[in-house]
Amino acid sequence: MIDHAPIRDPVAPLIALAPGLVRGIGASARTPRWQPGLALDCPHAELFAPARDACGAGMALALARDALRLQQAAEVPDRRPFLWVQDKAALRLSGRPYLPGLPADLRHRLIHVAAATPEDALFALEEGLRCRDLAFVIGEIAGNPKALDFTASRRLSLAAEKHGVRLWLVRLDARRDLGAARMRWEVAPAPSPKPHWNAHAPGKATWRADLFRAHTFHPGQWTLRDDDALLVAEPAATQSSSAPDHGDLVHGSGDRSLATG
Amino acid sequence: MAIWCTDLAIDRWRLAEGTARREGLDAAPLALIEDTAHGPRIAAANPAARAAGAAPSMRLTDARTLCPALAVRPADAAGDLAFLENLALWAQRWGPWSALDPPDGLLVDTSGVAHLFGGERALIADVLALLERRGLAARAALAPTAGAAWALARHGPPAVIQPPEADPHTFLADLPVAALRLDADVILLLRRLGLKRLGQIEGLTRENLARRFRNHRSAAANPLLRLDQIFGLRPEPLLPVVGVPAPLVQRRLMEPIRHRSLLDRVVEDLATDMARLLEGLGQGARRLELGMWKVDGEVLVRRLEMAAASRDPAHICRLFAARLDDLDAGFGIELVRLRVPWAEPLHLSQADLDAAAERHGTSLAACIDRLTVRLGPEAVRCPVAHASHLPERAQRWQPPLADLPSSQEELRFHHRPLKLLDKPEAVAVVYETPDGLPRQFQWRGQLHKVTRAEGPERIAPEWWRERSTVRLRDYYRIEDEAGRRYWIYRHGVIGDGRGGAPEWFIQGLFA
Repeated sequence: MIDHAPIRDPVAPLIALAPGLVRGIGASARTPRWQPGLALDCPHAELFAPARDACGAGMALALARDALRLQQAAEVPDRRPFLWVQDKAALRLSGRPYLPGLPADLRHRLIHVAAATPEDALFALEEGLRCRDLAFVIGEIAGNPKALDFTASRRLSLAAEKHGVRLWLVRLDARRDLGAARMRWEVAPAPSPKPHWNAHAPGKATWRADLFRAHTFHPGQWTLRDDDALLVAEPAATQSSSAPDHGDLVHGSGDRSLATG
Repeated sequence: MAIWCTDLAIDRWRLAEGTARREGLDAAPLALIEDTAHGPRIAAANPAARAAGAAPSMRLTDARTLCPALAVRPADAAGDLAFLENLALWAQRWGPWSALDPPDGLLVDTSGVAHLFGGERALIADVLALLERRGLAARAALAPTAGAAWALARHGPPAVIQPPEADPHTFLADLPVAALRLDADVILLLRRLGLKRLGQIEGLTRENLARRFRNHRSAAANPLLRLDQIFGLRPEPLLPVVGVPAPLVQRRLMEPIRHRSLLDRVVEDLATDMARLLEGLGQGARRLELGMWKVDGEVLVRRLEMAAASRDPAHICRLFAARLDDLDAGFGIELVRLRVPWAEPLHLSQADLDAAAERHGTSLAACIDRLTVRLGPEAVRCPVAHASHLPERAQRWQPPLADLPSSQEELRFHHRPLKLLDKPEAVAVVYETPDGLPRQFQWRGQLHKVTRAEGPERIAPEWWRERSTVRLRDYYRIEDEAGRRYWIYRHGVIGDGRGGAPEWFIQGLFA
């Protein structure tokens, strides 16, 4: 009889992962499911998003705030700044962060870096990850530039793990190429819930999030909504989560799981 | 002692041109002009131009009618002031304190130093001789008070000395009222009252003058205050000029170096020297200048600026390393000099141990310095709120780590997008004319059907700074059938008389 690994507590043991240790893809039913407010051992996540809207940046900010909330429960309020790096194409396609539109608690903590090339953007991301005074780092890179190959992605992962600064890398209009991120999301906008006072107005920011690759979590799909106080996740309504459609997951050889060779 | 450079701007221009007085370009009429709201105005004129009728503060067109051959050059008021500051520091050779008297004068405190130069007459002769050797036309005067020295330098006989035993009231009685350093309108008023000499003002009853000028609080508008200052009855503090030498270290090299690795070594040594020097001063560098003198006499200069004061040699070397890549050493570099033109106080602190720095990462200031050196100062910035209704003007960018300006908080009921396009993009919108909600729009080649919309939020142009023909904007928050949320506006309304049919633009993307 094969002795399976014991069922993990979804929160506690995940934190104590040694840096550099890669947890195999657990596609079995025993691996935990992701949910907001969960402590993550994965400091580097990639979000694939269309460049026609700001859903990628919006969800990256929401996930970052979710992670910060978890830290702040114990510590004193965190006033550290955060870094937002954009390359020129991302800046042109999806615009620049706008101070009055940022969440109030992050509004005056933004340091924005407008990099001319993807190489410069990767340099800025890595410098940001090495800095102990930053709360987290958000990167936006458009397309699949040659500079952002598996090695560059792995460098970012290692820097993030070594210094404990989280990185959310938003890939605008990008193919799912090779990457070292521990969690890879596909983000798309979703119709928002109706606001209380004016049913014809757009409501709170809502996204359809597809966690298609994760080392420590079960892949799944959710509808995420950013309520001001916390991030709310509902299981995606359309597709049944028990049998995820892997049809578009394997996208050329670049998308193969690394663990299974 | 007061020194008055009678032709400071012209002399400085002449020295920069390298011509002698009344020779070359200076022989013909020439004027330095400054631009004003009413066209060019003469700031200074050389003797030939003055003889031809051009006077300072005259319009250039008026002067041209008097003297058609008048040549003009732009005036450099800021450069003149900087020159005067240097001159004030140089003038400290005659006394421990010197003060500026803009635009073209200096005041030097020579109390008790005249005997070092062999008496007051020798002192003033020394001053005039040295200024003449520098090519500056000047007048000087010595007096017990700064006000009296100023008056005598400008309106007294040349190189006059007010003896301490003479009665100042009689000695200065013949000076004109302009010697009181008063504003032009007050001088005009005194002249209309028939008061032309200092002695005449003194002859009046003090109470009458005090009542006449009772509302004039500043010294430049009240002749009584100025009189008291001239006679030493009222203190007149001067703001002395203090020279702050920039910390500087340099290495002369026995053999000119042509290789990068050697240069890196020299820069490292210089950074260590500089760190020791700055530590002694209790300061940290904000701006650094690395000058490299080549064998053929050319100078290569590399500058860098840091986000926070620092004197860490490793950090400085790392920042310079990126700047030295495109260096052309030619036949070799023989002198390397590191200067700190801008330093800020930085107290001693516990140095990071190497292992700790490796584990904990860099500090924010070091991170920003590295980003700025590679990407440029325009690339690393943080947004600050600005008081404006227009969305694109409501945020400005400033260097990180600078202090936040005070600002009013954004109104809570305003919904603003997470991201703003740098330039609003035109979209083709189907909407209910004249001012209804948008139904669908085409943007970047794709059709969006609007399912939900809120608006308009009308933002009027800022009439106090824009032209009257600028159109208003009606902003709508919309959501299309896929859930994409945008911020679009209609530029103007039909029939507002400011152009044809209104156009639509997309400006913001909501999260």
